[in-house]
Amino acid sequence: MKGPGQRSTNALVVLILATMPFWMQYVGGYTELATQVLVMALAAMSLNFLLGFTGTLSFGHAAYFGLGGYGVAMIIKYIAPSTPLGILVGVAVGTIAAMVIGALIIKLRGVYFAMVTIAFGQVFFFIAFRWNSVTGGDDGLTNWKRQALDLGFTRVELLDHALTFYYFVLLIFLLAAACMALILRSPFGRTLLAIRENERKARFLGIPVEHHLWLSFVISCAFCSLAGTLYALLNNFIDPRALYWGQSGNFVIMAVLGGMRSFWGPLVGAAIFVVLQDFISSRTENWMSFVGLFFVLIVLFFPRGVLGMIRRRSSQ
Amino acid sequence: MDRKAPPLKANRRNVLKAGLAVGAAQLAGPFIINARGEEPVKIGLDNPLTGTYAAVGKNELIGCQLAIEQINAKGGILGRHAELVVEDSTSGDSSTAVQKARKLIDRDKVNFLLGNVNSALALAMADVSSEKKVLHIVPGGHTDAVTGATCHWNVFRVCNTTQMEANAVAPALIKNAGKKWYFITPDYAFGHTLQSGLEKAGTRLGYTKLGADLTPLGTTDFSSYLIKAEAAKPDVIIFLTQGDDMINALKQAVQFGLDKRVHLAGAQQELEALEGLPPEARIGTWVFEWYWNQPNVPHVAEFVAAIKKKTGRVPTARTWFGFASTWSCALAANHAKSLDAIKMAKALQGFELPPEVGLMPDKAFYRAGQNQLIGSLFVGNAQAKGSAPDDLFHVAEVVHGKEAAGTLEESGCKMTWPA
Amino acid sequence: MSQLILFNLFNGLIVGAFYALMALGLSLILNLSGVINFAHGGFLALGAYIAYTLMPYVGFWGALLIAPFLTAFLGIIIERLLIRRLYGRDPLYSLLLTFGLAYIFEDVSRYIWGAQSVPFIVPGFLTKPLSNSLFFLTGYRVFMVVLVAIAVAALFYILNRTRLGMRIRAGTMDLETVSTLGVNVRVLRNLNFGLGIFLAGLAGVLAAGLLGLQPTIGTSLIMPSFVAIIVGGLGSLPGTLLGGLLIGVASGLTTVFFPSATEAVMYVMMGLVLLLRPRGLLGEEGRL
Repeated sequence: MKGPGQRSTNALVVLILATMPFWMQYVGGYTELATQVLVMALAAMSLNFLLGFTGTLSFGHAAYFGLGGYGVAMIIKYIAPSTPLGILVGVAVGTIAAMVIGALIIKLRGVYFAMVTIAFGQVFFFIAFRWNSVTGGDDGLTNWKRQALDLGFTRVELLDHALTFYYFVLLIFLLAAACMALILRSPFGRTLLAIRENERKARFLGIPVEHHLWLSFVISCAFCSLAGTLYALLNNFIDPRALYWGQSGNFVIMAVLGGMRSFWGPLVGAAIFVVLQDFISSRTENWMSFVGLFFVLIVLFFPRGVLGMIRRRSSQ
Repeated sequence: MDRKAPPLKANRRNVLKAGLAVGAAQLAGPFIINARGEEPVKIGLDNPLTGTYAAVGKNELIGCQLAIEQINAKGGILGRHAELVVEDSTSGDSSTAVQKARKLIDRDKVNFLLGNVNSALALAMADVSSEKKVLHIVPGGHTDAVTGATCHWNVFRVCNTTQMEANAVAPALIKNAGKKWYFITPDYAFGHTLQSGLEKAGTRLGYTKLGADLTPLGTTDFSSYLIKAEAAKPDVIIFLTQGDDMINALKQAVQFGLDKRVHLAGAQQELEALEGLPPEARIGTWVFEWYWNQPNVPHVAEFVAAIKKKTGRVPTARTWFGFASTWSCALAANHAKSLDAIKMAKALQGFELPPEVGLMPDKAFYRAGQNQLIGSLFVGNAQAKGSAPDDLFHVAEVVHGKEAAGTLEESGCKMTWPA
Repeated sequence: MSQLILFNLFNGLIVGAFYALMALGLSLILNLSGVINFAHGGFLALGAYIAYTLMPYVGFWGALLIAPFLTAFLGIIIERLLIRRLYGRDPLYSLLLTFGLAYIFEDVSRYIWGAQSVPFIVPGFLTKPLSNSLFFLTGYRVFMVVLVAIAVAALFYILNRTRLGMRIRAGTMDLETVSTLGVNVRVLRNLNFGLGIFLAGLAGVLAAGLLGLQPTIGTSLIMPSFVAIIVGGLGSLPGTLLGGLLIGVASGLTTVFFPSATEAVMYVMMGLVLLLRPRGLLGEEGRL
């Protein structure tokens, strides 16, 4: 994650993302799809913070994604028509939930951890699904819209300007990515890698493993709920499906598809997954079989993901 | 990868390849009904093809397809070829439905938008279509708001409002089943408005509400609700659930023998659900919004035969919703002699569907100022066996929508047109 | 009121027995192979559809007998072709694979049998309530509980008394030792997977008699099974059984007082168990 090679990769990524709305139509996309790629990429990268860099699989990240979405939607609908305030509250709600759940489950490992994260994710799904008077239940939370940004000297309209909104999301995405990269480069991030490689050894070295895992879980969920707030703003809508475990599965496959061990891997995975799903589901009503087959093929033939393969080939 | 793959592996890979080839063939076959000649007129259908509402969504799609064939056979829309562009909205994921609506409008540049079965998704799509000023017809999402409190100048609806269904069926419920009602209501917009519609209609007729339980969409085990409902000793348990929830609820109620103790009935019922029920559970008083067995209404038999030829089964109300919606697009354009959304929406105000599209005893028309189609409602009883294997409903009475629709003021729609 | 509670208590037990049947199959596979089988609900649906397809030829009883075996056979083939390749790799991969399979199963069921519910008809004498006052005790529900009890008894008999079962149990505790003792672990895991899927197939046939049979029939049943395993304790089959019954009863009782928390109560129970006894009610020490 250092050196001139990494720096030029980063520059390339920023360049590609900055120009995406202009070439997206040539690969069958549209501006909103580009925005969706960014949102999903942020969610997958936040999941990968835990999966790829701490070595812990959460299959319940959709819960925090959805909490962020409901946070921003409820603030704008019920409290104050402010997009930044909504985002802040959305992230706070997701983070607080992660702190509580994290404390409950941090002693568990491996497959058991994954299972419990799914099950806890469902708690939030059912709250959103059943608490009709507040969350709108199965119908979702409607009749609110993303609000213009008031920067003091000027107002930035986001609602009818798909392109402006794209760059708004891109800005947040890059800031979040930079934060994650900084955390991973810090001594704390190094410790997480050590835990991933050998938890027992890390423990012998006196690292408070549980505490570190908890913190890593909370950070990961915080970024995921940030992605969730952007998702709700993108659609002007949030419904319980955003919290469903199927969504969590999609995040995991994006991370794996792109390459869990590389920082930008999940971005690549999200781009491929989102565009491909959009493409297939417009062409056949049996798209679920194709998505399922896609999962199977990746697991069997590309377990290292796209970037993992490229890296391996270039090092040979 | 292993370079020297053992034979078994190679075989399996061949199988996989074959599978992929089959898949690719399916992908290559366009989902779009093909275009010919100059730029076609596009109708975008954003409706569920997977999940809970897949069955009804599929039937609406078939109706749309038949209409497109007929439209093109009769000279197309403004002399241009008509084309249907289909997107799976999924059954409950509103963000997918909204994204697909944007995609249809922004990228595929459709002239019309159709959908959605799910009322909540229909409302979400209406936000998009009115923002983008595209003529939007909702084939089968029933909640009142679509042509009520949140009506839009560009959003029309073919199926009835829940209030209309409630008004149509309430007298028959009282007559056939009694005045003490207990509701089993699905916990989403459709269920809430249907129940309050029945309460309003019931109050006028002097009913008593003994209780109501809200069941979440996708409930599989209804026994605890049924136990509670039975304990209240009503004359009738009113099932407002739909689709699989309707099937589960009725199937279990009949297994409990509740049909021998109280009446089991409801409001909206569909052929799709009756077909999924075991014969002994095909009971009760209901309202159908369209029925295939109308021997005395012209053109219905041809429509039934055309659909049977396509699918081997009789059309359901859903098939007709899709059919009438798609035809409405073509009629609006040809009537307005324009593809301009405002002109077409104006042309549809008070517009009467021709008999070969309306296919019901009463003349169906879009009520001006509300954009709601008003036609006939079919009140009657479900039956285990009828004149034909698909004849699972006995129509006792046809109610004209005019009598069930209430006044324009009651609908709550205050329409504003763009300047 | 007390009658209402009693009714729902019974009903909870019936539902719980059903969750337990599903969860036992999942648990078997998880314990020996470390695979969370997301496709379990898909196998359940397939079992039900196979029974539906066979019924015109062999009748309800024949279908009830044959369908679970056919489903298990399908499970064995899938394990052999796909899942086997992932043993020893990060559990993440088997999870994703079965997740993908769940998608495929749902779609294939819809493709073959249609999206619409199909009527699954059980023998008439089973569909009547046993007594007028206890009307919720239908013949079918009692039959279901009896069949679940028989299946569970048979399962525990197999595990405790037969050679295969003892190997499975031994493998659950220490796979390496079992392997060095000359047991073919691949075959063992294969058969164990089939056993788990057999239970899913059986659950499917039973469910189809009670619920509408459509492609998503298994989806709503899989999460309670997860919770049953976690509450009961990982690695313990009696725990899974207990967990299933407990959450069934808990959600049954909740419906009386606070219906909208019917599902949530399961997860609250899970949270409490994790807080007070992280390894689950009957879970073994050191299996986390």
